[in-house]
Amino acid sequence: MLAMNYRGPHRVRIDHKPMPEILHPEDAIVRVTRSCICGSDLHLYNGSVPDTRVGMTFGHEFTGVVEAVGEGVEKLDVGDHVLVPFNIACGKCVFCQQGLYGNCHESNPQATAVGGIFGYSHTAGGYDGGQAEYVRVPYADVSPTVIPEGMDPDDAVLLTDVVPTGYQAAEMGGIQPGDTVVVFGAGPVGIMAARCAWLFGAGRVIVIDCVDYRLEFARDYAPCEAYDFRSIEDPVVFIKHTTDSLGADVCIDAVGAEAAGSALQTVLGRKLLMQGGAATALHWAINSVKKGGIVSIVGVYGPVGTHVPIGNVVNKGITIRANQASVKRLLPRLIEHVQNGVLDPKALITHRIPLEEVSDAYRIFSAKLDDCIKPVLMPPSARA
Amino acid sequence: MEHTAKDSSQIKGWGVDADPRNDPTYPMKYRTDGEHAGYAWERPQQQPISVEVLHSNERPDVTAVFGTSTPPSGPSGAIRRLAFKYSESSYGHWLPLMLADRVDVMEGVLGDLKGGQVPNVFAERGWKAEWKHNRISLLRRILVGAALGSAAVAYVSSKRSGS
Repeated sequence: MLAMNYRGPHRVRIDHKPMPEILHPEDAIVRVTRSCICGSDLHLYNGSVPDTRVGMTFGHEFTGVVEAVGEGVEKLDVGDHVLVPFNIACGKCVFCQQGLYGNCHESNPQATAVGGIFGYSHTAGGYDGGQAEYVRVPYADVSPTVIPEGMDPDDAVLLTDVVPTGYQAAEMGGIQPGDTVVVFGAGPVGIMAARCAWLFGAGRVIVIDCVDYRLEFARDYAPCEAYDFRSIEDPVVFIKHTTDSLGADVCIDAVGAEAAGSALQTVLGRKLLMQGGAATALHWAINSVKKGGIVSIVGVYGPVGTHVPIGNVVNKGITIRANQASVKRLLPRLIEHVQNGVLDPKALITHRIPLEEVSDAYRIFSAKLDDCIKPVLMPPSARA
Repeated sequence: MEHTAKDSSQIKGWGVDADPRNDPTYPMKYRTDGEHAGYAWERPQQQPISVEVLHSNERPDVTAVFGTSTPPSGPSGAIRRLAFKYSESSYGHWLPLMLADRVDVMEGVLGDLKGGQVPNVFAERGWKAEWKHNRISLLRRILVGAALGSAAVAYVSSKRSGS
């Protein structure tokens, strides 16, 4: 089968790899119909996630048709078209039992700090991902969900990560009616977080980024105020000035390790890899939020220490809330929102690229070429 | 290690100010306090361990399922085995893993060559897309690279002829 093959930082290609097999009674094999490249895949692509091995296939946002199931799978049948949440969750451990499906304790032997994630290095379990024609899906009865009749597959594939992560970013903000919410980052997740902030009753939503076409998109899609931090002297002062000098009620970091905007953070976090990423957005979020405010983090960082103004967190009495999205927990509500037209995820998709052109797809997305917001890889069978 | 927790019901004032609503993890977490029972849930069936699986020393065993992509091998694998002697809290874990990743890249190139394939680095880096959508920037980078390379060659040549 065709599959994306990681060869080193900024080097990926399409190769023929062996078909995946059922390795556990609760496994399914899925023929991929859509597979996205996620902003967090770029951390792998840039070589900044430890234990990213050459030969691995990335991809944690995908839909597909069930081709085979293990003897312990009861809820899925061969032929079902499913959306597969990016979390690999057993549904039995104490964390899954509490709805923390992103923190499963039975899916990742290599690290206790994160649950298993498809195609996301051995630090997240060592699973090959969905940027391929076929993929092995463990615990197939737990998270994979049959795509509701009538739902556009483009909407479905974005329900595997982008929509729940953006929604949970807003949810963790504890947004109260009338609150001012600042979202750092106008990537797909940041745009979705801004859109979802309204669902929780925000009174004002502001997005900060430095990519003009994405800011323009956010303004129309969310809809919200959107500002280029390069055109304002200091984003923190800007937020203070626009909130009566008090700061925003809620700040959301939807950027993570690849942030721009601070030379020190860029050198330490992205060039020298001496910390878990460039924490510029998180730094701004902590300093832009009001005293007693909430900072919600969904941006992905590496596992080592990272330079942030923790003293200000203490002195301002800030509550920090963060997690990988618990996709399974959120899916029923989010499917409802898509079906009722409250959310329109597929509008984020700007590029449909054949799986065979995965190298170019990564370059287009990582370098933000051709006004790319969200690229979807289409395997040959899905294009027929 | 022996569990040394005391019987909390004997502690004066235990629980008098407990407030179940004071839970900042809600709604992310449906609090069950199940973790107070420890590692006690009914575990899923164990996936047969058919490849080498390194596991964090912060857990007692391999999880019930795991990925079988790219098991550790070669010099990079040896470095990874060393890294897993240290906890996730230690740079002794993460820095060797980063080193192993870089060694793995070299092993990948050698593996390609051994298999009769010269890696097409330009294609792998998506330069076709750069040429289509970002041509001026790509040409600028090529020219800067060529100029720096030429300067380096000229410098080395002049040193050699001088000596």
